[in-house]
Amino acid sequence: MGIDFIYPEFEVVRNENRCIACRVCERQCSNEVHSFSAERGIMMSDETKCVNCQRCVSLCPTRALKIVKSNCTLRENANWQNDTIREIYKQAQSGGVLLSSMGNPKPFPVYWDKILINASQVTNPSIDPLREPMETHVTLGKKPDRVRRDEQGNILRELPPQISLSMPVMFSAMSYGSISYNAHASLARAATELGILYNTGEGGLHEDFYKYGANTIVQVASGRFGVHEDYLEAGAAIEIKMGQGAKPGIGGHLPGAKIVGDVSKTRMIPEGSDAISPAPHHDIYSIEDLRQLVYSLKEATEYQKPVIVKVAAVHNIAAIASGIARSGADIIAIDGFRGGTGAAPTRIRDNVGIPIELALAAVDQRLRDEGIRNSVSLVAGGSIRSASDVVKAIALGADACYIATAALLALGCHLCRTCQSGKCNWGIATQQPELVRRLNPETGCERLVNLMTAWRREIMELMGGMGINSIEALRGNRMMLRGVGLNQKELDILGISHAGE
Amino acid sequence: MVIHAKSLDHRTLNNAIRSSDGECLIDGCCGQRFIAAGMSEKEITVHGIPGNALGAYLNGGTVTVMGNAQDAVGDTMNEGRIVIHGNVGDAAGYAMRGGSIFVKGNAGYRAGIHMKAYQEKIPRMVIGGRAGSFLGEYQAGGLIIVLNLFSPDDKIVGYFPCTGMHGGKMFLRSACGEIRFPEQVTARPAEKKDLAEIEDSVCEFCQLFGFDSQKILSAPFTVVTPDSKNPYRQMYVAN
Repeated sequence: MGIDFIYPEFEVVRNENRCIACRVCERQCSNEVHSFSAERGIMMSDETKCVNCQRCVSLCPTRALKIVKSNCTLRENANWQNDTIREIYKQAQSGGVLLSSMGNPKPFPVYWDKILINASQVTNPSIDPLREPMETHVTLGKKPDRVRRDEQGNILRELPPQISLSMPVMFSAMSYGSISYNAHASLARAATELGILYNTGEGGLHEDFYKYGANTIVQVASGRFGVHEDYLEAGAAIEIKMGQGAKPGIGGHLPGAKIVGDVSKTRMIPEGSDAISPAPHHDIYSIEDLRQLVYSLKEATEYQKPVIVKVAAVHNIAAIASGIARSGADIIAIDGFRGGTGAAPTRIRDNVGIPIELALAAVDQRLRDEGIRNSVSLVAGGSIRSASDVVKAIALGADACYIATAALLALGCHLCRTCQSGKCNWGIATQQPELVRRLNPETGCERLVNLMTAWRREIMELMGGMGINSIEALRGNRMMLRGVGLNQKELDILGISHAGE
Repeated sequence: MVIHAKSLDHRTLNNAIRSSDGECLIDGCCGQRFIAAGMSEKEITVHGIPGNALGAYLNGGTVTVMGNAQDAVGDTMNEGRIVIHGNVGDAAGYAMRGGSIFVKGNAGYRAGIHMKAYQEKIPRMVIGGRAGSFLGEYQAGGLIIVLNLFSPDDKIVGYFPCTGMHGGKMFLRSACGEIRFPEQVTARPAEKKDLAEIEDSVCEFCQLFGFDSQKILSAPFTVVTPDSKNPYRQMYVAN
């Protein structure tokens, strides 16, 4: 208090005429904002604890509640904004590194919103996806660069391992520990029902979810948590995590407080012990070293599974991707700087990395220039928000997209950005059993399936409009994109023309 | 079964190992990587020099190398035993969770980095000679023992041992007067009851390589343990 006190960011507005003091808000708020005053017979609130997750608002049976941004702020200053000052007070008081969650909220340009999609008129007629077949199926993995035949002239059909997706979207890595058992269950079931893949993240694979293995990507990160032979065998693909868009260049620390019960068992580390993923893999200092890890995983799984290498989008990403493509990886996943996280230092999240749109376009172009585009598939992630973002990503050169924040929103996330507290009122980013129970995996699965089904329809409509009936024909088809309000440099990197050209 | 490795690539060699029954002797090994990666229940003896990532993700059985081994021996190993009758390169036992690695000679940089332990799985690495810098960085569990049997006048370990250590124990057969440990660990002379913890491992080492365990254990040891299993707890403030 005193010099550090700033009026709370949010205010709880309770309509006393509507409130029936049923105390639902009190029971629902793990942050303990609401309480009942027996003396006065009314509900009270302590807005200093409010994170604006909207749980109480959503569940109030009489719609008596609303959470609003407080207008009691410091004097306006475009340079020293309220958040900036608040952060300084926090650090002056604690000496701590600022820790945030979810993706970069700063007003950086969103290139998806400055790219427009083409449609057919008159010639090359558009296709009606309700009437005509439309292919959204994609296969990820190394493709042979030429047809090979045996001595009799028969085509050799043996391909490197591939993964098959009903649509070009996968759920990206979120570890069990950062999100709940029920959130993982929802993702695993939905991926299976949809014919796509979800990703374990670096927290190991819970024994209950081995049955979804055909729709699972198992991740190997620098901490190697939960990594053992059965785990590697369980998945349809193995992902080496070199970096994450939300926190390029740094590792992860899941605090000991979250390493409880099944999380400890799945990560195969003792309860209460910090799970530290070092910033680098300490055995990787070069592309050659990366190749060693790629091939050790291939050897351990007898070359049956494609290996994905995931990197954060950073400067020189095109050269990095070229190196990865030559390391023997089957798939490169690139994570843009707006990608989410369960916890990352604020300064890293908000200031490190580059937009996925530029990274993707640069990588696709470089791999084409070097004649190695077919030796890897590209997966783009880091804030893919809609079917149109997916279509734009594919036209910029992606084979498929990774989504995570969008999937969490489908599960009920309200993007309050306080995952690091472990008190997620929506049962997603928490390990507290009474909170986890709030997310019903059946409902979660259904909502994810709904979202993806809707996106798939939208993708087909957008493709049909362009006169394209197969996602393969859209990949890298930058003629289908135009920029608005972009400068020549941006257009050059994206490899697209300006609208009107 | 004897596998003549001289002209085999690593994939062919591993396939031969997988299809072998009983004990498997690899002759003329010449830098093939990933030997026994992810395998279990194999009894493998290697003559010649195996390449990097020997016994990565090893899940049981024994791999014995009659000479030196290169980098990343026993990477992310889960169970089993690796015995090296020579020196090992860098990053031996990276993130190993179970099983044991016995090295008769020296280990390179970054041995035992992020070694961990879980329930009944307590990995052990015994190094007969000296260890390079960064020994046991981020160690989260298990037992690292360094004996410095061959050149007692040289430093037993290089720079920066135990940085970020937050679990497990390290035993160094030295008073360690000249070794600088980080602030978050405690290094103290080992007492009798401490040495009881490593007696089995040292005896196993001596049986494998022909040393006298009593003699080894009679020298002073330093035991290093972390002060906290949550080294970064105080570092952050929620924003």
